[in-house]
Amino acid sequence: MYPASFEYARPETLEEALELLAQWGDEAKLLAGGASLVPLMKLRLAQPRYVIDIGRLRGLAGEARQDGHLAIRALTRHVEVQDSATIRSALPILHDITSQIGDPQIRNMGTLGGSVAECDPAGDWAPGLLALDASVYCVSQRGERTIAARDLFLDAFTTALEPDEVLTEVLFPLPPARSGGAHLKLERRAGDFAIANCSVQVTLDEAGRYQQIGIGVGGIALAPLKVVAAEDLLRGQQPGEDLLRQAAQAVSDCTESFSDIRGSAAYRKHVAGVLFRRALALAERRARGESVEVQHG
Amino acid sequence: MASQPVAIRINGKDYAAEVEPRLLLVDFIRRVAGLTGTHIGCDTSNCGACTIHLDGRTVKSCTMFAVQADGHELTTIEGVARGGTLHPVQQAFHEHHGLQCGYCTPGMIMSTLQLLARNSAPTREEIRRGIAGNICRCTGYQGIVDSIEAAARMLQAAPKEG
Repeated sequence: MYPASFEYARPETLEEALELLAQWGDEAKLLAGGASLVPLMKLRLAQPRYVIDIGRLRGLAGEARQDGHLAIRALTRHVEVQDSATIRSALPILHDITSQIGDPQIRNMGTLGGSVAECDPAGDWAPGLLALDASVYCVSQRGERTIAARDLFLDAFTTALEPDEVLTEVLFPLPPARSGGAHLKLERRAGDFAIANCSVQVTLDEAGRYQQIGIGVGGIALAPLKVVAAEDLLRGQQPGEDLLRQAAQAVSDCTESFSDIRGSAAYRKHVAGVLFRRALALAERRARGESVEVQHG
Repeated sequence: MASQPVAIRINGKDYAAEVEPRLLLVDFIRRVAGLTGTHIGCDTSNCGACTIHLDGRTVKSCTMFAVQADGHELTTIEGVARGGTLHPVQQAFHEHHGLQCGYCTPGMIMSTLQLLARNSAPTREEIRRGIAGNICRCTGYQGIVDSIEAAARMLQAAPKEG
């Protein structure tokens, strides 16, 4: 299978890339790792006239701590996050996410920025960004701005990024003491799209109450969602079975869902609630200082 | 369509050509370099038969454009044996029935090499996760997992071969 013909450009600098994007607008696609764009082009679901290969731009890969944030640059490959001991100790949830994406080859090719900007409804990064209240840093010739994750994911394969903008960095707030997070997903077969996935990040206070909680779900709707209703139910509360059941129900009910070959709408919503409870339990154990390995398939 | 100059080092040898930007890396390997050990299976990034190493990491060469690999170094299955002697991973697949029809084998071997480089003594579960990007339709994977376990033992006994 071959994609339709396209013009190829490999700018040497980010400034050049921004100039080309400003010129070509939505006729152009940015190529980072290509793990998703290349298959979409081969299936001719995407037929960009111009492909701007930013895959080797210097300065767009790697991680740094700044002002209470962990900043991971857009071209960082999933495997680099998976393998980073500093990331894993600061935010173990990011290790959960990256070790469950696709398969080893996909994790070697795919990038954080590419995955976030693609906004696949079943992608693993988006729920994590939502749970962690992360934000993305974008630049264009018109200037630069930061977009909060909750304002970023609009619809299937649609973000708030403008056609002339490049996502250059994702900023994850570094959590205080007594924090933990976890990401889980359910897939029918290894490497398949998730039926549902869920990220939970929690901070406990000294009495063991949920001081802060973030919940993101994917796979069940056309856009990844932040489950504010469940977060509001739990914030400030002591853990308890009734409360957790209500919160899981709020996760299941947070959206309309859809049926397809992988499962019915009702099943997807049910699974999201179950994954939420399991992820929260893991997140709490980590917040209490336990080192917990997430089992993934 | 403007063609694009591409120079790629494959198994230590340099190949250069003017190619259409949409030429897939696997076709550069097979048609330009003439190295047909790398197979095209599903052609949709699912099966892993086209797995090669790009700068030491496994990638699916049907899911990259050749222009993306310009200036990079690849290793394909042809670059694994040393001077006519099978690599321990190849030897283990041969001895432990790690293949039937052989179509997926080049990709399986390339993924196994990376798996064992990252984890020299994987459990059977870790082996299955390590080859999650490679599909075999003959063996049921039992023989493949046996082969990879055996390869890990062989490499640990002779670590220089790794």
